[in-house]
Amino acid sequence: MLERIPVADMKTGETGKVVEIFAGRGVHDRLRTLGIREGVKVTKVSAAFARGPVVLKVYGTQTALGYGISYKVIVEVER
Amino acid sequence: MKNILIMGNPNVGKSAIFSRLTGIHVIASNYPGTTVEFTQGTMQLKDEKAVLIDVPGTYGLEVTSKAEEIAVKMLENGDAVIDVVDATNLERNLHLTLHLLEKNIPVIIALNIWDDAKHKGITIDVKKMEELLGVPVVPTVAVTGEGIKELVCRIPEASSPEIAERTEEQRWTEAARIIDKVQSLQHRHHTAMEIIGDASVKPLTGIPMAFLVMFVVFKLIRFVGEQLIGNVFEPIFERLWKPLMMQLSSVLHPGSFLHSIVIGKLIEGEIDFVQSFGVLTTGLFVPIAMVLPYVFSFYLVLCFLEDFGYLPRLAVLLDNLMHRMGLHGWAIIPALLGLGCNVPGVMATRILESRRERFIAATIISIGVPCAALQAMIWGLVGERGGRYVGIIYLSLFIVWIVLGRVLDMILKGQSPELIMEVPPYRLPSLQTISKKLLMRMVAFLKEALPIVLLGVLVVNILYFLKVFDVIANLTSPVITNVFGLPKEAVAAIAVGFFRKDVAVGMLGTLNLTAKQLVIAATVLAMFFPCIATFVVLFKELGVTDTLKSILVMLISSLVVGGLLNAIL
Repeated sequence: MLERIPVADMKTGETGKVVEIFAGRGVHDRLRTLGIREGVKVTKVSAAFARGPVVLKVYGTQTALGYGISYKVIVEVER
Repeated sequence: MKNILIMGNPNVGKSAIFSRLTGIHVIASNYPGTTVEFTQGTMQLKDEKAVLIDVPGTYGLEVTSKAEEIAVKMLENGDAVIDVVDATNLERNLHLTLHLLEKNIPVIIALNIWDDAKHKGITIDVKKMEELLGVPVVPTVAVTGEGIKELVCRIPEASSPEIAERTEEQRWTEAARIIDKVQSLQHRHHTAMEIIGDASVKPLTGIPMAFLVMFVVFKLIRFVGEQLIGNVFEPIFERLWKPLMMQLSSVLHPGSFLHSIVIGKLIEGEIDFVQSFGVLTTGLFVPIAMVLPYVFSFYLVLCFLEDFGYLPRLAVLLDNLMHRMGLHGWAIIPALLGLGCNVPGVMATRILESRRERFIAATIISIGVPCAALQAMIWGLVGERGGRYVGIIYLSLFIVWIVLGRVLDMILKGQSPELIMEVPPYRLPSLQTISKKLLMRMVAFLKEALPIVLLGVLVVNILYFLKVFDVIANLTSPVITNVFGLPKEAVAAIAVGFFRKDVAVGMLGTLNLTAKQLVIAATVLAMFFPCIATFVVLFKELGVTDTLKSILVMLISSLVVGGLLNAIL
């Protein structure tokens, strides 16, 4: 079954498709230039610890997202 | 003369290509944002000379940071672009390439990190890529020089295909379409580097690893520095330079004006390189034998960490802590650079997005982050009295750094932006690039420090001779003696801190201070004012008002901390 969750709630190693980004223009643009945008598959490399960032694999590279943003990027995962 | 721009995403090797093409060495590291200011050089292109410009890395041509703003502006004055593309991350890199191709400027593509792509099982059909994009594509490995010759030969072929402006979405679709046709991936297992890479950002494994790395780094810097001082530099000065200076001393007659400037005071009839304080004795000994070895060992270790790609991982792990200071994890990188020299540290605050962040980061670096020169002198002079005194200085500065960040975050309006940062893969640094970078930083240190130290010692001696310091000492003695508990003569050292902090600590060495007084004086010296070089950079980066604010913060906090230490210790 497909579920929509923020990347913060993904399990480490899980892959999901970005479906929505709730962020202001500035953050939205910066995420997009790094390749994080609707329709793209991302894999979670490491989870947040004590409100730290999560690390995602997008295309060939890893990107770290702050704790707050990790709740604003919504992905669809197979659960 | 033609202007050729080197552009591309951050951390794809633009600076390495620039070095190869111009023979000018610029600092390149394995993290995005090493180049915050553009660098230019010239290269020979067939019969004409061309100006080559190393543009800061950008993910797109929309302006979201200062580096991108610079890049977009420079595009207007360029005649051609060498677009450096990371072959291991083609799809995202192509997004910028496609945008560049719309800009009506001739483009040639350097398909860099070609060796890594092969190792990762990525095959790219270069001919097909040229066909689809309509511009020349040359595979390169900038760190080894592979493909650079072909790149140079083909620069004149750079072309500008007629492409109508696309929307951002169309660019991504087009990039995906091209990838589909030119790139094939082979399945392969994770390499050891990738496994270590992942382990060092995961909190459970990453935090112990960070402690281990910091411990090893600290020990290594101390070890290399001490070995160099004890086995190389001190013997050279003691055995070769001292006899020469003793002869000069007898020629000049101890006690004469010239003698006190050139040789300084004789301690029990002998030259003491730490205490004599002459231009040719202490003036040379401090920068060369006490500071340079530590500058060398610090940058040796830092260069390795930079090129290996460890720093961004540290930024991820420390993001939470840095948020409490109104910053995000990225801000740890300027602070680390500041431990070498505050000048590049303050300059690197440009990688931060907002003015507020840059102000906080630059201010707490100039106050709480001691540079390698200052640290070396603290180790040399305070270390003699016992390691715990050095420990107290470091601990005080660390607490100041955090508390001040916290306070500034609460006072200043606005919020700190969230971390959005690319984490590059680990790469084994090449010996050649590390030694080049190390050499550059050493030369920069000597060029910058040696003249100012010599001049500083000269001026200090003349001022002593003219008894100027006595006047200042009497004026400031209430603060110096009552608040800090220091003898009023220490004001001379603190005043010299405006020039160079290493010389200033050296002057403290001549005052017969107690260990407690040394700790207070060294801490106040580290905090109260940036050295002249850092001051100039602060001024450039922050502007007049913010620099003044920053200095006000410095003066107040050094008064408070110096007073507190005097009361507690």
